Amino acid sequence: MPEATSPKIPVTVLTGYLGAGKTTLLNRILSENHGKKYAVIVNEFGEIGIDNDLIIGADEEVFEMNNGCICCTVRGDLVRIMDGLMKRKGKFDAIIVETTGLADPAPVAQTFFVDEDVQKNARLDAVVTVADAKWLSDRLKDAPEAKNQIAFADVIVLNKTDLVTKPELAEVEARIRGINPYAKLHRTERCSVALADVLDRGAFDLDRILDIEPDFLAADDHDHDHDHDHHHGHDHHHHHDHGHGHGLKHYHDEDMQSLSLKTDKPLDPNVFMPWLQNLVQVEGGKILRSKGILAFHDDDDRYVFQGVHMMLEGNHQRKWKEGEPRESRLVFIGRELPEELIRTGFESCIVS
Amino acid sequence: MKEFTPAPDSASIVSVTDRVKPVTLGMGVTSVHFLRDRAAFVGGEENVAFVDAKGEISIVAVHSGGILSTASDGKRLVMGGDDGKVVSVDAKGEVTLLATDPKRRWIDAVALHPDGAFAWSAGKTATVKSGKAEPKSLDVPSTVGGLAFAPKGLRLAIAHYNGATLWFPNMDGSAEFLPWAGSHLGVTFSPDNKFLVTSMHEAALHGWRLADNRHMRMTGYPGRVRSMSWSAGGKGLATSGADTVIIWPFASKDGPMGKEPAMLAPLQARVAVVACHPKNDILACGYSDGTVLMVRMEDGAEILVRRNGTPPVAGLAWNAKGTQLAFADENGDGGLLEL
Repeated sequence: MPEATSPKIPVTVLTGYLGAGKTTLLNRILSENHGKKYAVIVNEFGEIGIDNDLIIGADEEVFEMNNGCICCTVRGDLVRIMDGLMKRKGKFDAIIVETTGLADPAPVAQTFFVDEDVQKNARLDAVVTVADAKWLSDRLKDAPEAKNQIAFADVIVLNKTDLVTKPELAEVEARIRGINPYAKLHRTERCSVALADVLDRGAFDLDRILDIEPDFLAADDHDHDHDHDHHHGHDHHHHHDHGHGHGLKHYHDEDMQSLSLKTDKPLDPNVFMPWLQNLVQVEGGKILRSKGILAFHDDDDRYVFQGVHMMLEGNHQRKWKEGEPRESRLVFIGRELPEELIRTGFESCIVS
Repeated sequence: MKEFTPAPDSASIVSVTDRVKPVTLGMGVTSVHFLRDRAAFVGGEENVAFVDAKGEISIVAVHSGGILSTASDGKRLVMGGDDGKVVSVDAKGEVTLLATDPKRRWIDAVALHPDGAFAWSAGKTATVKSGKAEPKSLDVPSTVGGLAFAPKGLRLAIAHYNGATLWFPNMDGSAEFLPWAGSHLGVTFSPDNKFLVTSMHEAALHGWRLADNRHMRMTGYPGRVRSMSWSAGGKGLATSGADTVIIWPFASKDGPMGKEPAMLAPLQARVAVVACHPKNDILACGYSDGTVLMVRMEDGAEILVRRNGTPPVAGLAWNAKGTQLAFADENGDGGLLEL
């Protein structure tokens, strides 16, 4: 069809528990001299006031979809706002959605998976979570919302690091990693993070699901070039021998975990696909995020997928490169993940 | 399904494409109306473009931002904008500021009553202004998706999450809630005042028979229904959302309950907008590939008005006499057809 294909507008979701510094980060993004215009969807007007940008008030109305899927909720107000914003296409370059401190990021993300019109015009770029270095450990104990936001994040801005000691910082980082070892983590004071580290991440872009190795704490904060060849020997060889697929989990969070699976044997797509579909149908309430790069039997293309709760999208991505190890890797982040069930199910998808 | 590729010399379909006067507006269009004898193309933001029968364009500035909602009674347009303003423009192009939201919230929906009353919504609040009376407001449980006045009496239907509310603004405590799970975005009364129909966020319509609030589920669409139009006399409700025009029968007292809809003018493209002729059983429909057809509802006979190959059709309208058809696509390329 000769329909004009205008590029989709990137949408960054900004979450974080009350007082963590979301507004500081937002103001930082808007006031920096980047020559871009943002449409910002906020819950409360007030502290933000940059003339050049469109600020839209939202109500965080979470709707259940009538499709029999219990965890399939969307932000109805966002559907409406996106519709209105599309009338002003060309007046802004990107959209930032700020959620309230108590919000679950899933309905926002799911809005971009299920709504046809929203999908046509916009793409989810990343979920960025601002966390308070001083108080996050406490919030992880008493606020399930805070835990959700960490688990869901693609990028975590660990803010107010100047208010804690080094051991305290290490402690809170380890707690974050116990929940979500995959997010890019940036330590900041007053949210001073490079814009490139929070915007235009392509975290939901299937073509950019290249790196699902844990984002090691040892990695320097300024090193963001997806250098993922080192560090993971541990994971490689002992994967089947112990419960958790990655090595840096100092803390095991009681109810929110990540699970990584890996095999260098090819998977049978006719077994794997129904298994994965069924898994997210049955356990989707517990699985917050999922991602995978897959090597199928008799298939020269890499298959990549990602999901939010019960929603999955996947595609053949590209040919396996010469010499590239044909490994399949999957990552799940979720609440009370049925680890044994997932592991056994995954094993049964391997071509014997 | 019939494949339809309109070749220039195709004899299989009657074409009137050569009789269309092209209109190039140079602005995104969101809806099309007729005000007396001029076509009014409502832009995505700021402006309304009037086009007379000769094809002469005059632009009128109405909002200082995006135009989110438009209603027309053939004499004027009432529009709501993201500048928090409710504005009208009449057939002469005269603009009147009708209301401003005190918090400058988006005006998401508007409606216009035949007697001149109008309604608008911002957030969860719907407001009606009738004659010289003070405006009256009603808060519904969630953000208003759509508004419509009943054809008789001063009664407003408000679509929202999990149902619709019917309200007589001049009668305190008269709000009646019609529940149905899901998000309701658009709303319309049947011209005989017997049925209320909403278009939903999911790909479905929902209806209530107002005598007993019986439910009518109208499902099976592949996409969301964004355009609904009552046929002359209100016998059928033509809708977009599928690759054919779906027309639900409303002639009997049970409405479409237990009946199949008519499916006309199938193409390999999604119907984006429909407009029934004001007098005859003919409709015009625009598709996602830019095609515009006129369709006889009795037998589905089609006349090609515009070929495919452009952005989706954004709006279609007949003049009151049914002698002119105006249309435009999302990029503002359109046409006028004199019948």
